[in-house]
Amino acid sequence: MNTTLRRLASVVMVMFVALMVSTTWIQFFQADELNNDNRNVRKIYAEYGTARGPIVVGGEAVASSTPVDDEFGYQRQYADGPLYAPLTGYFSLVSGTSRVEDAENDYLNGQADALWVDRLQNLLTGVDPQGSSVELTIDPAAQQAAWDALGDQRGAVVALEPSTGRILAMVSKPSFDPNELATHDTQAANDRYEELLNAEDDPLLSRATHWTYPPGSTFKLVTAAAALESGRYDSGTVVDAPETYTPPGTDRSIPNYGGTPCSPTDEQTLADALRISCNTAFARLGVDLGTEALAEQAQDFGFNQRFDVPFSTYASSFPNPQDPGFADAFVALSAIGQWEVTATPLQVAMIASAIANDGELMAPYSVDRIRDPELEVVREGSPRRLSEAVSPSTADQLTQMMVGVVEDGSGTAAQIPGLTVAGKTGTAQWQDGRDPHAWFTAFAPAEDPQVAVAVVIEEGGDAGSEATGGRVAAPVAKAVIEAVLNG
Amino acid sequence: MSAVAEAPAGRTVEPHQRRPIRLAELFLLVLALAAGTGAFAMVGRATTGALPEGFWLASGMLAGVALVGHVVLRIRAPWADQVILPAVVLLNGLGLATILRLELSGARNMAGADATSNAVYSLLGALVAFAVLWFLRDHRSLRRFTYTAMIVGLVLVMLPLLPGIGQEINGARIWVRVAGMSMQPAEFAKIAFAVFFAGYLVTNRDTLTLAGKKILGLQLPRVRDLGPILIVWVASLGVLVFERDLGTSLLFFGLFVALLYLATERFSWVLIGLALFGAGAFFAATLFPHVSARMDVWLNPFDEALYDRTGGSFQIVQGLFALGAGGLFGAGWGEGYPHRVPYAYSDFIYTSVGEELGLTGLLALLLVYLLVVQRGLRTALAVRDGFGKLLAGGLAFVMALQVFVVVGGITRLIPLTGLTLPFMAQGGSSLLANWLVVALLLRISDSARRPSALPVRGQVAPGGASHEPVVVGTDDAAPAGRPAGTPASGTPLPRRSPAYGGPTEVIEPQPGTPRGERP
Repeated sequence: MNTTLRRLASVVMVMFVALMVSTTWIQFFQADELNNDNRNVRKIYAEYGTARGPIVVGGEAVASSTPVDDEFGYQRQYADGPLYAPLTGYFSLVSGTSRVEDAENDYLNGQADALWVDRLQNLLTGVDPQGSSVELTIDPAAQQAAWDALGDQRGAVVALEPSTGRILAMVSKPSFDPNELATHDTQAANDRYEELLNAEDDPLLSRATHWTYPPGSTFKLVTAAAALESGRYDSGTVVDAPETYTPPGTDRSIPNYGGTPCSPTDEQTLADALRISCNTAFARLGVDLGTEALAEQAQDFGFNQRFDVPFSTYASSFPNPQDPGFADAFVALSAIGQWEVTATPLQVAMIASAIANDGELMAPYSVDRIRDPELEVVREGSPRRLSEAVSPSTADQLTQMMVGVVEDGSGTAAQIPGLTVAGKTGTAQWQDGRDPHAWFTAFAPAEDPQVAVAVVIEEGGDAGSEATGGRVAAPVAKAVIEAVLNG
Repeated sequence: MSAVAEAPAGRTVEPHQRRPIRLAELFLLVLALAAGTGAFAMVGRATTGALPEGFWLASGMLAGVALVGHVVLRIRAPWADQVILPAVVLLNGLGLATILRLELSGARNMAGADATSNAVYSLLGALVAFAVLWFLRDHRSLRRFTYTAMIVGLVLVMLPLLPGIGQEINGARIWVRVAGMSMQPAEFAKIAFAVFFAGYLVTNRDTLTLAGKKILGLQLPRVRDLGPILIVWVASLGVLVFERDLGTSLLFFGLFVALLYLATERFSWVLIGLALFGAGAFFAATLFPHVSARMDVWLNPFDEALYDRTGGSFQIVQGLFALGAGGLFGAGWGEGYPHRVPYAYSDFIYTSVGEELGLTGLLALLLVYLLVVQRGLRTALAVRDGFGKLLAGGLAFVMALQVFVVVGGITRLIPLTGLTLPFMAQGGSSLLANWLVVALLLRISDSARRPSALPVRGQVAPGGASHEPVVVGTDDAAPAGRPAGTPASGTPLPRRSPAYGGPTEVIEPQPGTPRGERP
């Protein structure tokens, strides 16, 4: 029997070698694939198991992780959830991560390449790894003012520092509470997530950065800039301002707001046309300038680009001038911010911001600096120039024209005693039978701009069909400007 | 205590003379205890930051088991293999640490993990094993129970089918619940069957080997010799069909084929066995939806529909995730998420170890199992009686097969079945049964390595090795319980005591002839 016993021992050997090979195959060769399978929750577990860094606004944590006694170890909490949701986003077992929680995930969880020294220290000293804190550029007073001023109207507010591109305020309504998604009660989080996803007014999408509207008359700033940059116009140039204007190639005429003439003489200066927001004058101007000039100017202000602020925003859009369907009739409409022109509130704020900053467009950003657990700064947000949108002289003339809008034009509601405010209203048609969106964009003080704001209020907000940008949106912008300048 | 005890000087080979003091075992036991108690401590430190509750009790228990085992072996089986006990203590310790770690995770699906009760069963298993070693002086006395063992095995296998006490858990009807205690009788049945096969085959090997027609170059046995074998074949198919347990059925069948092959030295048996099992498995797969569902899960575990289905591939995929997360070196005790895997403390304890100790840990674990199995097979090689050879070979092989079926199922070498990893997985029946296997292997290995007082074919009887006069008898058992048949041909006649009667002849030592291995 010993021969067969020896053979049996060989069979046993083969069996064990097979087990070793199959185990090695799984644990070594297949491991990456298994670890990246989206059904494998270990990745999230690992992130929940570390002390995630806080997100800080004005020295206060708006998102922080606190130790809890469950299988995850830490609970993410949002101090002022709905207020900061468009910035912080959420950190959820169910829906993953979004916004800053997503874009700065590597720093928040301490796994960023730049933090290798900290990780090495942790390894050597046996300290549990900790995430870095992310400090936002947000001015808490301005954020709160924007939130309060919007009330329960649907809309968004974005405020920028013109000289740097720092985002000072970013509010979107309706908002949601990230705490409800971050809860470790996955059933509750899941239910809430489904509810938010299917909600009619899409609270999960930030109206400030992930929603585009027709910019309406605020786009006249771009058209005016293109006109001034062409060298054929200045703010005093007298332009045609008829009661209605029918672009070439169509028989549909473009009226003024409310059907009134812009001027008794059917002509006025460019500055006056902007001051009272004369549609016919700008439609004509657009046809005169042509698609190329408008598109180029829009591009210079940031249209058709996404921005990483650090999370990626939607691109605002201006149609392709090469498109054969882009006829004069549409050029006329595009010049007044209608037809296929759409913009995010961030984009509109960037237009005002570039004009305020002598024509230089700065890249918007919301992360000021990142500090490791020892409070060393490991990354600092630095201002970055995106483009020269307009020349300084054009910027100067546009500023004067916008000051006129607030002094005795369509935006008087934004006046602040003792301060020169430059602004532009907008009332954007978007769908027949629905009330127009009310826009206002402004910067102040005009002599030395500290803040540029854009406000959009969907369907005129409380004022409904009576709404104009000057009446509904301008007071919100005013509140934000006051909050920034008094802060 | 006579002339034969005196060995002449100048022999070329010095046989064991003194009783071994088992220092190697003692040293290995210290290592095994260090690994086991170290694991307890690390588990506690990682989960609660301090030594786990009952640390000293558990460590003391493990050390006690090791010490008592060592002493029992020294007294009652001094020649027994010195590696098996430390290896088993190591496996048992690591298993307890893993279950403790899963229990401390506090996860809802780990509510079934109970390190305390498993420690009690380990203790019980070890004590039963040591009692067997103490009272069972010679494994050959088990041969008397050949047919009893068959009946016991069949009854054990059929118990779960009895209404009232049989229980179906997760689709498999392999549990028996009596007076609030559940047990898996199949674990004990494997020992009973090993005893039966060894006893039956050692008696009938010649008829099975030589009688019968030769067809297509294969020596086929006669039908009447096949009787008991067919009964067991039907029983193991019955396990497959009525108890829906592919693993246990495979275990019995594998044991059976391996022993037939060992006894008859005919490869045809392996082919016949595999063909029979293949036919059974094929019909099971076509007739029973649960078997074909297992096949689907085996082949396409990552399939989304199978993953979401109840009883689908969720468990095995989670197990694979755990193994993948472990990688080369593992997450470390308490640092992984092994509790994500359903039944991580019993059927899937392999993935728990894999996640926290990594590939390194699992390869070490497999090597320890391989060591125990190969030591068992060595015992079978060395032991002199046919029954002992078959029993040791069968028990060692059944352990290897059990590890293969469990780990192979988890790592997708074969379809997943519900067997437990010996000494590690939670479960009282499994622990008790496997400790019993160890007791038998140790007992046989003592007899295998005990210096033979019987010189065969001109060999020299070692001096001073035996306390008794050497006698040659026609049989090796007492007349009262004499089993049928003769000792296996070619095996040296075992020692026997003159108290049994029969012709007695004193063998004179023949100086100068070297003692060597029997060909």
